Amino acid sequence: MNLEFFLLLAAALFCIGIYGLVTSRNAVRVLMSVELLLNAVNINLVAFSNFLDGQNINGQVFTVFVITIAAAEAAVGLAIILSIYRNRDTVDMEQFNLLKW
Amino acid sequence: MNLAEGVQLVSLVLLSVMMLAAALGVVLFENIVYSAFTLGAVFISIAGLYILLNADFVSAAQILIYVGAVNVLILFAIMLVNKREAFKPLPRRWIRKISTAFVSLALFTLLATMVLQTNWTVDLSLSPPSSSVETIGLHFFSDYLLPFELASILLLMALVGAVVLARRETIIGEETAIVGEEPAPVLELPERPKEPIA
Repeated sequence: MNLEFFLLLAAALFCIGIYGLVTSRNAVRVLMSVELLLNAVNINLVAFSNFLDGQNINGQVFTVFVITIAAAEAAVGLAIILSIYRNRDTVDMEQFNLLKW
Repeated sequence: MNLAEGVQLVSLVLLSVMMLAAALGVVLFENIVYSAFTLGAVFISIAGLYILLNADFVSAAQILIYVGAVNVLILFAIMLVNKREAFKPLPRRWIRKISTAFVSLALFTLLATMVLQTNWTVDLSLSPPSSSVETIGLHFFSDYLLPFELASILLLMALVGAVVLARRETIIGEETAIVGEEPAPVLELPERPKEPIA
């Protein structure tokens, strides 16, 4: 139970999320990877709030804000995926090249 | 080491192993439904880690919002876009995977050296507040009041935005042609065809 362990854990989760974000081809899986990234940041915030700021827990307040934003992001992201699925009839990230120059 | 510390250590190791394995499952499973369920396992083990870090309110919020809302939303999205398609294989895709894995590992090494070399001034002398809910509520209504109110507006905007983005364009008001004596009951709204984007 020390701070470094939690920070390393969050770093590992963040790197797994980055890997999934870049390599996955299914658009829904990309959103899941974004959720992993946000959760890694949340672990960092709560660990700092416990170990460095135990009296007035500012990190936990930030974590609640991050959870709120993550919920909003998931809703809008899934709506975007749904509407682009209706347009292109696929969820393959390689075929979403509307903005490709 | 007394009993409480032992239980703490064992549950910490169990939760971390479970979290990392489930996160790898989210990224590496071929079937997207398995990924969604392992994502739920990640969220639950993170909630357990929050309890170990004396954050009971955040842990409850994590289970309620992530497992109860976000994960279910993702499952619904998987059902709505459920098209069993085999993605076209791309040439030289393994180069991308290997280079991404290399970059991720390098990033992890960078973060790990940063974490291990920094001199954290850990201060465990002060006891945590008796009720974290009370402290968080005090923060929300004193020094974090403006972000708290802005978050409510943002949630409203996300709600309206999600409805507008995901809504189908239906044609309302056009009568269907009556053939025979009884008009066939229309069970679904006619949908305006979207012009495909080139």
